[in-house]
Amino acid sequence: MASMAVMVYRYFGPLIARIPGLILISAIVVTGLLVWAIWGAAGVVEHIAANPEVNGAARTAFGMPLTVAELHAGLSARGWMLVGLFQYLLWPLQSELIRDLLGLGAVFGLFNMFPVFAIWWERKVAGRIQSRMGPMRVGGWHGWAQSFADGVKLVCKEDIVPGAADKLLFRVAPYFAMVPALLAFLCLPFGTYWVFRNIDVALVFILAMLGVEVVGVIVAGWASNNKWSVYGAMREACQMVSYEIPMTTVLLVPVMAAGTLNMIDIGEAQSGGWHTWVAFSNPFAFIAFFTYFVASLASCKRAPFDLPESESELVAGFHTEYSGFRWALFFFAEYAAMFVVSGLAVTLFLGAWYTGLPPAVGAWVVGAIGDNWVAHGINGLLISGPVWFIAKCIFFVWVQIWIRWTLPRIRIDQVLYSCVQVMFPIALIALVGQALWMLIPMDNVVYRIFNILLSAIGLIVMAGIIGIAVYGWRHGKRMVGYLAVDQLPGA
Amino acid sequence: MRNIKKTAIGLAVLGLVLGAAATARAHETDPAPAATSHDLVQRSEGPGTLEGVLFYVFAATVLGSGLGICISRNIVRMAVYLFITLGGVASMYFLLMANFIGVIQLIVYAGGTLILLIFGVMLTSKSPWVRFEVKRGEMIAGGIVCSVLAAALLTVVLGAHWPTTEASVQGSTVAGFGHALMSTYLVPFEAVSVLLLVVMIGAALLARQE
Amino acid sequence: MFHIGLNHYLVVSTLLFVMGIFVMVTKRNAIGILIGVEMVLNGASLNLIAFNRYVAGGLPHMDGQVGSLFIIVLAAAEAALAVAICMNFYKNLNTVDVDRGDELAG
Repeated sequence: MASMAVMVYRYFGPLIARIPGLILISAIVVTGLLVWAIWGAAGVVEHIAANPEVNGAARTAFGMPLTVAELHAGLSARGWMLVGLFQYLLWPLQSELIRDLLGLGAVFGLFNMFPVFAIWWERKVAGRIQSRMGPMRVGGWHGWAQSFADGVKLVCKEDIVPGAADKLLFRVAPYFAMVPALLAFLCLPFGTYWVFRNIDVALVFILAMLGVEVVGVIVAGWASNNKWSVYGAMREACQMVSYEIPMTTVLLVPVMAAGTLNMIDIGEAQSGGWHTWVAFSNPFAFIAFFTYFVASLASCKRAPFDLPESESELVAGFHTEYSGFRWALFFFAEYAAMFVVSGLAVTLFLGAWYTGLPPAVGAWVVGAIGDNWVAHGINGLLISGPVWFIAKCIFFVWVQIWIRWTLPRIRIDQVLYSCVQVMFPIALIALVGQALWMLIPMDNVVYRIFNILLSAIGLIVMAGIIGIAVYGWRHGKRMVGYLAVDQLPGA
Repeated sequence: MRNIKKTAIGLAVLGLVLGAAATARAHETDPAPAATSHDLVQRSEGPGTLEGVLFYVFAATVLGSGLGICISRNIVRMAVYLFITLGGVASMYFLLMANFIGVIQLIVYAGGTLILLIFGVMLTSKSPWVRFEVKRGEMIAGGIVCSVLAAALLTVVLGAHWPTTEASVQGSTVAGFGHALMSTYLVPFEAVSVLLLVVMIGAALLARQE
Repeated sequence: MFHIGLNHYLVVSTLLFVMGIFVMVTKRNAIGILIGVEMVLNGASLNLIAFNRYVAGGLPHMDGQVGSLFIIVLAAAEAALAVAICMNFYKNLNTVDVDRGDELAG
């Protein structure tokens, strides 16, 4: 299989190397269009099925309400072109099971593709922080195909199970870590209608999934029959379970602000513009946001809390004995969990999928162009949309990577001290403060002052980060440290 | 053989994921009133063939892993089977329209109590392969007693006529919980808070190092 | 057969309950007994929620679900205490086998 991969790379490599950005962007655009098209098509089918003239009384196979002929009639009545093709394409979309399977495919695809991107991104960012370039060779442009090459390598590795290990538990443990991360994607909303399942307890469900990952890690550490793995697993369980307390407490702040556990409703509550975002509404929510971010770093086992996989101490912590595809499963779980906690931070505190532009801009666009799909597409880029959700999540994943490669690791007793004696009091203060703040009527001058002040601070910080990044990129400078280098090596 | 096991585990995982998705589909709340509403008694298949299939899948999971707990002699495997049982029971809570209880079960039981049990296992076991050999006589006697008990309970429970009511209202249970805990069940709520405090102090006291 | 009624859930919860009792009776490991207790509590909790859904008719009646919530909370509390007791047992007798704890036997 390795020789096959080499052949593929030899034939297609030079071709792919020339158009990597195009492939990536087209893949993203095509996936987005497919999801939107399937959703739209399902809506069309439902409209046709609801029309009593078209919908016959008989039931077709699998209990779907429309036959192909009825679909043909309904589509022709709406003036669709290529009806002969679409009637066969849209027919299976009536069944909820098939729609669910397609949706699951999209979720599973995203769950797989994000770690692939994130591993490459982490290596590039880590390289830049360390004055080197990161992967540059595989695939041509900045080594974008490095993750795919790593994937092929990991799949081709020998499947080693330690002799004295508990074989069943050893094999099953990566799935205990990976499946909760996948399930968390099921109710993470990317847009107002872009969620696989909109359950009313979505927030608590995602927290439950992050808590269940601990079991996978413990079982992995124990089943390796390796003292150091067990140490890593115990420290990790201790850390993750402890940090769930301030994390959950502080996540009650936006729940109180929005009044619901439904993530889409919390996102909708922040739709009015930059100043309606929960993080900028009062100083307690501001504190709550930063507390949540730090607690989520600990929950994801990211530095500075990465004792469980402390590379210089425990070989590799709880996944020392895992190699090949099983190790890849653990890493998929970790990067997917990073995306999920970033998604929670974005949805609950920073405006979900809204850009922060006031809705008046969207209304102006619709007024100028008309209420058609062009206007809604432009609004998707300007006002709200899944693109912005993913962009904000990637920004927070970038901040997590940045923190990992900047700060040193802290000890387990410092970890627990900071959890119980620093973060939990702050979380309680934020909670009580938010509860008291909600008693202030919204047109009170104190409320307004803090709202505007915090929004301004947020805007300045955001503009500052973007400005520094753009300045450094354009001038090729490294902006930190005493050893400012004018040109990065190799640039 | 290994590949078959992996495929089976992968399929079971996929089934559980699909099951969670499908059950939540039946109890979805919509963000905007313009979208179509979903009831439990919906669509063309009546009260859900998929729900029936899922019930059997979850019941098989729960009872199968329960059987695994009964049979297994390795304490860590028992804890893992308990984890699977708790997950199956949480899935059944989702089927029974108790979404909030399902997630609370996952957070508290699977993500809290089970971790505690596993810590207890790891701190009190000397090696991964220590097994306590159960005497055959005890197991047979226990099996007979439990079978008789099961038969008696099942006869009583299945023979009684329970006045069933159809599920009337869909929607979110969380607000109802808040109301119930703050009005009807306020005294048990406060009592449980005091109890948790006492338990924390007691456990720390019992487990302290002399 | 695919129309799920109350009886289906009662069978599952009863079997879970009885299996929990079997585990409590036969296991010699103290934590094993604790696992049996958890199974029993889960069976009872499932029973309560099944009755809430099928007999009380679901949403406006929350009694079964609140009862199950309290069962979950109390189970967590007693598991914490029981594990602490097992730790003490292990510290004193250097084993976790409950058959060895017979110093007070007559």
